[in-house]
Amino acid sequence: MRKVAVIGVGQSKFGELWDYSFRDIVLSAGIEAIEDAGLEGREIEAMYVGNMSGGRFLAQEHIAALIADYSGLAELHIPCTRVEGADASGGLALRQAYLAVASGLHDIVIAAGAEKVTDVGEKAVEILSSGVDREWEVFNGATLASLFAMMARMHMEKYGTRAEDLAMVSVKNHKNATKNPKAQFRREISIDVVMNSPYVAEPLRMFDCAPVSDGAAVVILASEEVAKNYTDTPIYISSSAQACDYIALSSRRDPTTMDAIVFAAREAYKKAGVEAKDIDVAEVHDSYTIAEIMAYEDLGFVEKGRGAELIREGVTELDGDIPVNPSGGLKACGHAAGATGIRQAVEIVLQLRGDAKERQVDAETGLTLNIGGTGATAVVTVFRRD
Amino acid sequence: MLPRFWRKIKYRYNLIGTKCENCGTYYYPPRNFCTKCRRKSKIVEVKFSGRGEVVSYSVVHEVPENMKEQKPYVIALVKLEEGPMITAQLVCRPEEVRVGMKVKAAFRKCGEEGESGIIYYCTKFVPE
Repeated sequence: MRKVAVIGVGQSKFGELWDYSFRDIVLSAGIEAIEDAGLEGREIEAMYVGNMSGGRFLAQEHIAALIADYSGLAELHIPCTRVEGADASGGLALRQAYLAVASGLHDIVIAAGAEKVTDVGEKAVEILSSGVDREWEVFNGATLASLFAMMARMHMEKYGTRAEDLAMVSVKNHKNATKNPKAQFRREISIDVVMNSPYVAEPLRMFDCAPVSDGAAVVILASEEVAKNYTDTPIYISSSAQACDYIALSSRRDPTTMDAIVFAAREAYKKAGVEAKDIDVAEVHDSYTIAEIMAYEDLGFVEKGRGAELIREGVTELDGDIPVNPSGGLKACGHAAGATGIRQAVEIVLQLRGDAKERQVDAETGLTLNIGGTGATAVVTVFRRD
Repeated sequence: MLPRFWRKIKYRYNLIGTKCENCGTYYYPPRNFCTKCRRKSKIVEVKFSGRGEVVSYSVVHEVPENMKEQKPYVIALVKLEEGPMITAQLVCRPEEVRVGMKVKAAFRKCGEEGESGIIYYCTKFVPE
């Protein structure tokens, strides 16, 4: 396997982008990435696109061909493929692009992620729940939020995690987003605001839940050799690992652990030759605040059951030992389903390059964690400066 | 949307699942294949007692369109006495529910597609 570098990154603004179409959003991210890499465009050999549900959000399938068309890649007749794993679609697209370069099949490959959700209005939340078991969870009355709420309740009963701890995750991520011009919610909030917001599914409140957003993000990967022609600051992908679990929460070994994360992280650390303690900065999948607390544990930053301590002690704040979600995370930067996994990679690359401006942290090694649904799919990617 | 739910009516309405006679594991929802024994699976149908215990729950306030008449309702992870866990609604007031509460299966209306639309039924659980 060859060493793979990120040579360009781009991201659209995340949020309710009423003035822009799906095509506009993807293109804005793509152009930014191509300019960042200093590519002309014809050097691109393949593209993978993460998209969760073009079919239900836009009644548009064949997303990869559509994007290829509007980004000028149709003219080159290169292979363009959509990858789907609910809201882990972006992470999966990144992994496919990584494999295509690492294997020696291609030298320069685009990994994109895109979702346009606001066109369907309130239906968006229901469509997002298609990432869990429709026949045996949703049909019986479970919503995506209620499944995470049941994980939260068990975590509270078993480990003493408190609603205030969950609120602190939201407060931290909102604070970080004030420093990110691409973020959806750029306003600080207090614990009181979270604790007084209406319940979505008890014990989770409105401010425990990430929004459903429009957005796109693009990263451009190249082999180590080729990367040197384009950038002086390549950021290397040290490893990419993916794992699965039972789709229904009720079938899992332990609803307070996402085994897919545990397995993907173990594999990613092994392949990169690092340990959890070597991670300097991470972007994790905080679709609900409890998911960030569980990610601390399942990624091995702290032992099982003690995730809340990290947020209480400020360890994951921007100036803490392991800053988590410096971008604002899904909660405050926004959650554009299929784009999220790529957006996380954009943030870690900016952090490792030293280009993250106001929210810059000191980091040599970074990690992204992207999950699908309630954690039936997990992708962990490790990035390094050398 | 409906046929795939109708196909499972026998299993939904009667709480019929499966059991692997090779290893003794019970499955609900039913599986035709034991994930532990794989090719050695010996699957038979089993009717569950319907008795179980609440492992976790949530009072759902933001509800799907077809369940808005029941808002807010209680959803729970119920561990059946035979072993498997399922996600189902509880028929009780939100303030009654507790982790560890003993419950029993009941056949109930689950949702509807508008005032003149199709009514769905499913298994819910009531406090014992």
